Amino acid sequence: MHIGVLITHVRAEEKLLLTALRDQGVDLDVLPDRDLLFDLSAGPEQLSSAGRAWQDYDLVLERCVSTSRGLFTLAVLDSWGVRTLNSYRTAAICADKARCSLAFADAGLPQPRTLLSFEARTTLGAIESLGYPAVLKPVTGSWGRLLARVNDADAAEALIEHRQTLGSYNHHVYYSQEMVDKPGRDIRAFVIGERTVCAIYRTSPHWITNTARGGVASNCPVTPELDDLCQRAAAAVGGGLLAIDVLETGDGRLLLNEINHTMEFRNSSAPTGVDIPAEVAAFVLAQASVPV
Amino acid sequence: MSGTVCPECDAALEIPADVMENELIACLDCGSELEVIALDPVQLELAPEVEEDWGE
Repeated sequence: MHIGVLITHVRAEEKLLLTALRDQGVDLDVLPDRDLLFDLSAGPEQLSSAGRAWQDYDLVLERCVSTSRGLFTLAVLDSWGVRTLNSYRTAAICADKARCSLAFADAGLPQPRTLLSFEARTTLGAIESLGYPAVLKPVTGSWGRLLARVNDADAAEALIEHRQTLGSYNHHVYYSQEMVDKPGRDIRAFVIGERTVCAIYRTSPHWITNTARGGVASNCPVTPELDDLCQRAAAAVGGGLLAIDVLETGDGRLLLNEINHTMEFRNSSAPTGVDIPAEVAAFVLAQASVPV
Repeated sequence: MSGTVCPECDAALEIPADVMENELIACLDCGSELEVIALDPVQLELAPEVEEDWGE
């Protein structure tokens, strides 16, 4: 069995995953995205940077921290019929907050009210209709980067002007969302295949609770309600290896926030007691063994 | 463990025995994020800056 692992570099997560896969006796090729070169007019017989034909991989695990490099690579491999985790479809939906919201809506899943617009005038109207405070997010982004809590109309006008003036075209797409008055925490649930293997609370005095921004991880019980919501959310984006962010409302409802397709978990095995890299490695091996 | 120096501040660094190529490590003296670009012998470079599309 030959497994390729796409990386940008080796962070704590990739080191844990590579170790877990090697512990299972897997023949691994680590494939840095900086070395990738694809001839799009040819096919999967061409060689990876490890010297192996792409078509000879039983599975390629995408762990690029660079979203764009990961997505383009998955698009190529998908076109060539090379099996990947996650799939190109799943990654493309999860990498785009607007597409992810649409997938939730198509599946009838609960989420904060979310509006999409392209001009200053319509965006101001969108935020007004959501009420203050509202949340403005880039459609592509992670680690809580460039999230804005919009407290009033003055702030909304300033944010939009800055994005129009200073931002690339990506920032001229406005994803505005109802602010959920969460209880100082959100939930990050880890879905591997058809199992919600564990979940954490991410607690912070700041309204952004990402662990990358200082949120503290603690165990969150996987209740039947949380499990059901996460399974349906995972199915809505095509399934795979997913970290699902869930918000709790003041009246006890669960709302889907977003799904991450190259999940980080370095802070989550200890509080949950679940060996997440071992779970991922076992799933990778099982998927790689499925006849094509 | 093996030793090398930080390419940014020249401080001595202890490199774990299980270090991997392309692994990110931190210099405890200057706080720089470094990337292991070769293993035998260990060579370090400053890690690339975070880009806008980086994340999970």
